[in-house]
Amino acid sequence: MTHSVTTRTRASSIAGIAALALIGVGLILPAFASRSLIQDLFFILTMLTLAQLWNLIAGFGGMVSVGQQAFVGIGAYAMFAGVILWGWDPVPAILLGGLAAFLLAIPMAFFAFRLAGAYFAIGTWVIAEITRLLVAQWKTLGGGTGTSLPREATADIIGVATIADVFGLRDAAARDVLAYWLALALAVGTMAAIYALLRSRTGLALAAVRDNDNAAQSVGVDARRVKWTVFLSAATMTGFVGALIYVQTARISPDAAFSVTNWTAYVIFIAVIGGIGRLEGPILGVLVFWGLQTVFADYGSWYLLALGLLAIATMLFAPRGLWGLIHDRTGIALFPVQRRLVTTEPNKT
Amino acid sequence: MTNVLTLTNVSKSFGALKVTDEVSFAVPKGQALGIIGPNGAGKSTLFNLITGNFLPDTGSITLLGRDVTRSPAMDRVRMGVGRSFQIPQPFEGLTVFENLLTAAAYGQGKREVEVQDTCVSILGDTELLSKANTLAGSLSLLDRKRLELARAMATGPKLLLLDEIAGGLTEGECLALVATIKALHAQGITIIWIEHVLHALTSVVERLLVLDFGRIIGVGDPDAIMASKEVREIYLGMEV
Repeated sequence: MTHSVTTRTRASSIAGIAALALIGVGLILPAFASRSLIQDLFFILTMLTLAQLWNLIAGFGGMVSVGQQAFVGIGAYAMFAGVILWGWDPVPAILLGGLAAFLLAIPMAFFAFRLAGAYFAIGTWVIAEITRLLVAQWKTLGGGTGTSLPREATADIIGVATIADVFGLRDAAARDVLAYWLALALAVGTMAAIYALLRSRTGLALAAVRDNDNAAQSVGVDARRVKWTVFLSAATMTGFVGALIYVQTARISPDAAFSVTNWTAYVIFIAVIGGIGRLEGPILGVLVFWGLQTVFADYGSWYLLALGLLAIATMLFAPRGLWGLIHDRTGIALFPVQRRLVTTEPNKT
Repeated sequence: MTNVLTLTNVSKSFGALKVTDEVSFAVPKGQALGIIGPNGAGKSTLFNLITGNFLPDTGSITLLGRDVTRSPAMDRVRMGVGRSFQIPQPFEGLTVFENLLTAAAYGQGKREVEVQDTCVSILGDTELLSKANTLAGSLSLLDRKRLELARAMATGPKLLLLDEIAGGLTEGECLALVATIKALHAQGITIIWIEHVLHALTSVVERLLVLDFGRIIGVGDPDAIMASKEVREIYLGMEV
């Protein structure tokens, strides 16, 4: 008997090809698509990236953070600071967003990692609120009421003029195309990085720490290091997304940028509906969320109430989300991470 | 004969309660040592001191000739201390095979591909090969116990600590597990085994140590220990 180890499934090979094709289509889409479709896709891609990052720390890492809005907000404000205070171009200023989120994540992890379970969640939320209150004191960036990106900064963002020429668009539409491409790059890059991480040795360590911290350490896993690495990486990426979202909207206020509803509640909804702890989950979840948003958003608080009820129902009756249901019925895994041991009997000749 | 593990006057208190009291003993290479004692005697605490989950208040611990008294648990795993938990603590979201891969890769500081073969052979030794792709969370108690043993083995231990691994099993299951442990011991691994199931323990170990209120009250040949008056009174609670 011989043994081999594989993670591949037939569906995963097809999914790989389909993913590459989708990325290709996504790249050339602005040549055909309407501006409103590009804006919708920007929303979908940024929410997808946020949901994948939350899923990484909560679903795969067991760190249920309710403070991700801190990284969106601080990332967005750092980008604004780069543009308004130091005259940076908004696009490279997105890098400042990631840096700021990384720096904020260090004290946040330092305090929150001392807490467990629900207390960890509350702790992250409290730190996010403190950050919002502090940023609201920053008068140069509009204080509590917020501010806009200056017209001259948004007018000549790198690459916008070229896009406007090539596609024959007005500047505002060309800015949306640029933001869309960056969102596509971030979404693809984030998912590829998470997938690579989960398939690496560190992916096993992360699952081990999530399932049993104590036992993980007893087999030589440095639980602290794994948690810090994943938390800081996810925070940094969340900072990039936050900065990018506010390059596109060009208008910021502390309440919007640090909104727990927009950047954490919706994000958790997406992951829960789609399926926690699976890469496929948030992809499905974001489409459901976008559909609901498009059809029902006008109903205001009734809509939010319905979202909440839907999330509760999912957690009670399908705790592994829509993708969990599909996986249980069909066994399909588009992005498999499980190492399966395959035993083959030698051919008798 | 060299000693794999030496404890010298190790003490540990929780508040006013002294759970380990001036404990000294050594385990020579290749020996299987059994530890018995009533509930609350400090057996599991002793394991936690050896693995580094607890640090002793006084005394010293030497592992493979190196003083590890203050070394973190992770370093000791890498040096070759493997343990199984009294209550199985599998990584429930991972398969049995992945549980072993994790333990082997991190315990031995190697890459996944380098440890795959070792893991497969340990699965064979512990009769888990048919469950390799099963999620650890869905295993029966016997298989969870086997997984505890297999995962500890995967870290590549020179010293294997077993904490009541036979507890809660049926007679048949217990015999099967004892056979597995005997086979591992025959490969030359040093074992310290805490157990209440005495016949399982004495069928493997060459030496027996009795703990009561954190103190060693007897150590030596299993038959002699079990026959001693003091042990029968304190541990077995029998009228002699």
